[in-house]
Amino acid sequence: MEMVLVAPPAPGRLEDLKRRFFATPLQAVVSLACLTIMVFLVWKLLNWAVFSAVFTTSGGPEACQAAAGACWSVIAARWRIIFFGLYPYEEQWRSALACVAVVVMTVLSCIPAFWTGRRIALVWGAGTGLFYVLMKGGVLGLAHVGEEAWGGLALTLFIFVTTCLIGFPLAICLALLRRSELPWISRTTGLIIDGVRSLPLISILFTFAVVLPFALPQWLQGDKLYRVILGSALFFSAYQAEIVRGGMQGVATGQEEAAMALGMRYWQRISRILLPQAMRNAMPATINQFVISFKETSLVVIVGFFEILASGNAAYGTGEWRFAYVEVYAFIAFIYFIFVFSLSRYGAFLERRMSVSER
Amino acid sequence: MVSLLRNQKVHNALLQVLYVGSIAAMVLAGIVIARRNLADQGITSGFDFLFKSTGWDVNFSLLPATANDPYWWYFLIGIINTLFLGSVGLILATIVGTIVGLARTSSNDLARLLGRTYVDIFRNIPLILQVFFWYAIITHLPTPRSAHEAWGFLLTSRGLYIPFPNVGSAAFAAATVAVIAAIVLPAWLGRTSRLAQPIGQRHTIQFAAAAAALACSAIILALGRLPDTPLLDFPALQGLNLRGGLRIPPEFATLAIAIAIYGGSYIAEIVRGGFKSVGTGQVEAALSLGLSPWRVFTLVRLPLALRAMLPILANQYVWLMKATTMGIAVGLTDFFMIVALTINHSGQTLEAIGILMAGFLAINLSLAAVFNRINKAIALKGNQLRG
Repeated sequence: MEMVLVAPPAPGRLEDLKRRFFATPLQAVVSLACLTIMVFLVWKLLNWAVFSAVFTTSGGPEACQAAAGACWSVIAARWRIIFFGLYPYEEQWRSALACVAVVVMTVLSCIPAFWTGRRIALVWGAGTGLFYVLMKGGVLGLAHVGEEAWGGLALTLFIFVTTCLIGFPLAICLALLRRSELPWISRTTGLIIDGVRSLPLISILFTFAVVLPFALPQWLQGDKLYRVILGSALFFSAYQAEIVRGGMQGVATGQEEAAMALGMRYWQRISRILLPQAMRNAMPATINQFVISFKETSLVVIVGFFEILASGNAAYGTGEWRFAYVEVYAFIAFIYFIFVFSLSRYGAFLERRMSVSER
Repeated sequence: MVSLLRNQKVHNALLQVLYVGSIAAMVLAGIVIARRNLADQGITSGFDFLFKSTGWDVNFSLLPATANDPYWWYFLIGIINTLFLGSVGLILATIVGTIVGLARTSSNDLARLLGRTYVDIFRNIPLILQVFFWYAIITHLPTPRSAHEAWGFLLTSRGLYIPFPNVGSAAFAAATVAVIAAIVLPAWLGRTSRLAQPIGQRHTIQFAAAAAALACSAIILALGRLPDTPLLDFPALQGLNLRGGLRIPPEFATLAIAIAIYGGSYIAEIVRGGFKSVGTGQVEAALSLGLSPWRVFTLVRLPLALRAMLPILANQYVWLMKATTMGIAVGLTDFFMIVALTINHSGQTLEAIGILMAGFLAINLSLAAVFNRINKAIALKGNQLRG
């Protein structure tokens, strides 16, 4: 007997739509409600941000205020203050170049070829050094610009990068100290880590900016900017230390025992056996911590720094652009979004990549 | 001597003494220098200042506050403000997060897309930027004279006005306690050790307890009602100002909204993770037993997801409590802002910082303790949980 196999008829477009969105009455209601919300929001947003928006500065603030939509001319008129803060006008190209250097450095350190301790240290050292020289000047014929004039995006990036640069090695030290076999060392370190973690970041920044000068001898006080960076690095390292420790716990004990049996010394065991594997385990959580600390750099506005959020406040806060606050905040939010979103997407990509390699 | 140093035990002991000693020395040196510097400015250290009157005002307080009140009273006000703002933000964020999280786990592509867009936008913008944004929006609302009005709610640049029952404050507090009891009591009774009746009876008892507590709160409200006034006090324009109703100051509304929206996006991810961790086998088993989708959700997916979520949720709640310190950005007198103002006005720097640390430690530890108890109470018993 011959069997004739007939494929079931391929579902048509309409059929497919019906199956996906209108399978049951409840599904249909949910789909329609979501569709309405989406169409409404997208239309409102497009109408505000594009169709009835003003893009040129030609009409001045008055023409802009009269428009029904967004007034993007405020960005066209004030973008320099948002990006560069109070940095001297003629030298602002240096600030822009410094930002590019940091972005290039971040992108480079996302490439697996640079994931050895020495290379990553080299990239970050070179990037930060270049940033510092460009911003501060005083050498190579560049005019000297003091830290108090730094602002805008460049200051945000500087605080972020230095926080990570100081915080990361500190985090590894704290994690190693916490898993020490000597009870008093691990307990004291645990106390420090948990103490810092239980405090809000703002209170730590405030303490380092305002209170610390009382408790330090004159010669140790330094600039307020560096004290705040130190506070932020301490906060970062307390969280990162727990992430690194988690990564270390994921390394099988046999690995360290084998290294010991081979006669490796403590530092060899840590730097060649334990840390490479631990950092690999801790990678997704580390990226997440970088994302969080990038967002948290914006808190320095509270202790009086002119980073991108504060310069945004200044961009609309004075004079004729007072009405355009939504546009300025939307613009700054967009800048943060680009940085944070791409970092977190990268983190998700890494996580997928690692889960594949472990299979 | 050298052989003594080579001895492992001596070596270890020395190392520990050196480490702990140097940290202690640094802290002590800092305190000594700070005391000397402060003494040079004529500030005597000690906690006597707690009983002096402050001489400045707070702009938001649940308790009566005047400039004549002592510092310790202000610190108490600060802690209560922080806890109140934190709880309001926490509850709102949980509601937002649950809705968005459920949308993200829904089988409907459109709902998932909406949920994902929400999370991607609000999680990737710093909280303080969102606080500034909402504060700018709220303070640019129209004046009371041309306020937006809807269902008795008024939106003005001076704050949000909502209808409020006409009752005394003591009666209102008692009624709130009764409502909380209506939520907590059934959960407490529901634990098998307390009521060993069959499930059906247990539900009846739980239901009765909740109903009784709610009835209690209604009676308290009715008794505590101010004489000769309508049940609800609606805000209304009188002359140039608004009368009646409850005014939520712009600062408080800003922070509550910002924490709800930002925290909601984080909680949504936790909710999604919780539901994802429920094994498909268990859901399939429930479906094949003939349970309706709704019962599968309430009896199988939700209880299991809740247990997976709770530890992470506890961390998030602690984080949200700490986020109330953003109050200083818009001038809400939360605990941290009171400490900062105290340092500005009285100069008692070290003491105030100590109080700040102790306060947050106490808040964090008690939150963690509460969640640990809940966690232990609802943990699944037995050793064959998977499979």
